[in-house]
Amino acid sequence: MDVLGNYKSAISARSTDKDILKMAQDGGIITTLFAYALEEGIIDGAIVAGPGDEPWKPEPMVVTTKAELLAAAGTRYTISPNLSLIKEATRSYGLDRVGIVGTPCQIQATRKAQVYPIGMRDVDDKIALALGIYCMENLSYQGLEAIVEDHCNQKMESVKKMDIGKGKFTVYTERGAVSQMPLKLIHKYVQPGCHVCLDYVANLADISSGSVGSPDGWSTVFVRSVKGNAVWDGAIAAGCFETKPMDQVKPGLDLVKKLATEKITKNQKNVDARKTIGLKADGTPKGLRNPYESP
Amino acid sequence: MKPAASQPQTKPEVKPEAKPAASQPQAKPEAKPEVKTARSKPHRKPEVKPEEKSAATVAQAKPAVKPSDVIVEEKVEVVRKEEKPVAEKITIGELHLSGCTGCLVTLADNYEGLFKLLDDYADLVYALTLVDTRHVPEMDVCLVEGSCCLDDKLSVQELKEAREKSKILVGYGACAAYGNITRFCRGGQWNQPGQEAFVPISEIVDVDLYIPSCPPCPQQVRNVAVMAYLLLRGNDEQKQLATAYLTPLMQLAQRGNEACGCDLMYDVINQGLCMGCGTCAGTCPVRAITMEYGKPNVNRDQCIKCGACYAQCPRSWFNFDVMNNYEGIMDAIKGAMQ
Repeated sequence: MDVLGNYKSAISARSTDKDILKMAQDGGIITTLFAYALEEGIIDGAIVAGPGDEPWKPEPMVVTTKAELLAAAGTRYTISPNLSLIKEATRSYGLDRVGIVGTPCQIQATRKAQVYPIGMRDVDDKIALALGIYCMENLSYQGLEAIVEDHCNQKMESVKKMDIGKGKFTVYTERGAVSQMPLKLIHKYVQPGCHVCLDYVANLADISSGSVGSPDGWSTVFVRSVKGNAVWDGAIAAGCFETKPMDQVKPGLDLVKKLATEKITKNQKNVDARKTIGLKADGTPKGLRNPYESP
Repeated sequence: MKPAASQPQTKPEVKPEAKPAASQPQAKPEAKPEVKTARSKPHRKPEVKPEEKSAATVAQAKPAVKPSDVIVEEKVEVVRKEEKPVAEKITIGELHLSGCTGCLVTLADNYEGLFKLLDDYADLVYALTLVDTRHVPEMDVCLVEGSCCLDDKLSVQELKEAREKSKILVGYGACAAYGNITRFCRGGQWNQPGQEAFVPISEIVDVDLYIPSCPPCPQQVRNVAVMAYLLLRGNDEQKQLATAYLTPLMQLAQRGNEACGCDLMYDVINQGLCMGCGTCAGTCPVRAITMEYGKPNVNRDQCIKCGACYAQCPRSWFNFDVMNNYEGIMDAIKGAMQ
C-alpha cells in the first residue's frame, strides 16, 4: 500500500458553516461531516474528543447534537481514548449507527475491532462512519503541559488555540499573546508508542482529513471507502463544503506525501531497530516485541 | 491436526483433496461429490454415507441368516430422509467443560446468523442441549468451552478424546484459553466442593486457536467458523485468506495460557508500544480498565483474566496483510451470511 493509502479522491476543502469554522482547527471537515451525518440520519451519534476536567485535556464523549459537536471541535494535541466508548455507544447508548473520529492508530483499532471483534460484541456492523485525522506523533497530557507552561511560558487555562505548522508549535492566548517553540524540541515529550506507528493519514478511515497540503484555513481530504464516498458526495451535494482540486492548491499533495514518507521511514527504522535492541549473554540479539509480526 | 509449535504461521496440515475450485462462500456446489478418497481422518459428513450403505448391505445380507430384516430396512429409510442436499459442510462441535455455558449461548447469539452457518457451512455435531450426541464424535472444528477440572477424570478424558478426534481444536472463550474466573477457584463450592484444580485446556492438550474474552463475541466465533470453512473447503485463494486471518489467533494460542490486565503493562506499555487509543478500556467486559492521563489503568482485583484487552489491543498484533483489506473481508463475511 502507498504511504497515503487507498483513496478514491483527494480534495482541498473548507466548511461552509460559519459557526463551525469559528470553532474548527482548520477547514472544519470532521465537525461538518458529523453534523451532516447526524442531520441525515447516517449516524445516530458520534464518539468525539469533548472537553475534559482540566484545560486542554480531552475526554471522549458520545454526542448526538450539533451543539455538543461544536463544543468538541478543534484539535487538542494529546490523545483522547475515543475507543474506550465504543461499546458504551453501541450498547449503553443503544446507537445502531455510530460515528467515530480518531488518529490513524485509533482507526486501526476500530478496524481491528470490526475484523477481529474479540471483546467487541455487536460492534462490527454499527460503525457507520470512521473519520481519521492526520497524525505525525502525539503527546501525553503532561507532555503538552510541559510544552505550554515550561517552554512557551503560558498557563494552560489561558490558551485559546494551539497549532502545529511551519516547523513550530504555536500557542495563542485569550489576551492575544503568541508564544512559539521549534517543533524539534517537542520530540522528547512524544509518546513512545507513536514511534512504531506506520500510518500518517489514517489509511483505513472512511474519510481522513488534516491541514497539511492545503492553504491556511483549508484541509486536505482523502475519501477512501465506498461508505466514505457516499457520505462525501452527499455532503457536497448538500453544500456543506467549498472545494478546490488538490493540484490547484499550495503546497499540495506532494507535501503530504513527503511527510508521510518521512514518518513511515523513520518509524519503520525504529521498528527494525527494536528487533536487536540488546544482547544476550551469548552475543545474539535480544529484541522487543513487534506488533506487526505476532501477538 | 497438531499445531506446529515452532511455526504457528504454517497452516493446519488439513488438505482436503482438490475440491471444485469455484466454491465461493455464497455459492453452493449443487451435489456432493460421490467419490471420497481415503484420508487419515475422515470427517463426520462423509462418514454418514458409508455407514448408511453398509447398513443397507447388512440389511440385504441378513435375510439369508434371519428373516427379521424388516425393522432394519425401516431404519435405513429414516437415515436417508435426514440427508440434506447441501454443499460439503464442515463439522463443528462444542465440548463443554468447566464453563458457565455463556460461550455456547454466544454461539446462539448470532441469531439468524447461526441458522445460516448451519444451513450452508457447518453441521453442529456435538453440543450440550443443542445436539443429541452423547459421545465425543469426529469433527473438523472442536470449540472447547470451559477450563479443565483435573479432579474430574471424565473431563480430562473427553478433552483428550476431542483433541484426537478434531482437526482444529479451539480454546473457545476465556476459561478454556486462560482459565478466566476458574483461576480463582479454591474448591468448596456447591455442588462439587471437592473439585478445586482447574486449568486452561492447553495444560492438557495442544490447542490450535484461541477466541478469548468472557463471554466471547458472537461475531468473532462466526468469523472463525466462516474462515475455518474456507480453510477446509475453499479454493487456494480462499485458503490463503483464511490462513492469514486465523494466523494471529493461532499465534495467540502459542503465546501462552496466562492472561491478565497486566499484559497491557508487560507486553504493551513496558515494551514502548501503547499510544493510548482506549481500546482496552472499551473492550473490558467487567469495566476493570479506565484511561488515566491517556494510558490504561487496570483494577486488578476486578480483572477476571479473560484476555480480551490484550487480544483486542491494536498493539498486541496488527496484521496489515489482513487489515488493509478490511473492507473486502467484511463484505465477504456479510455476503456469506446473507
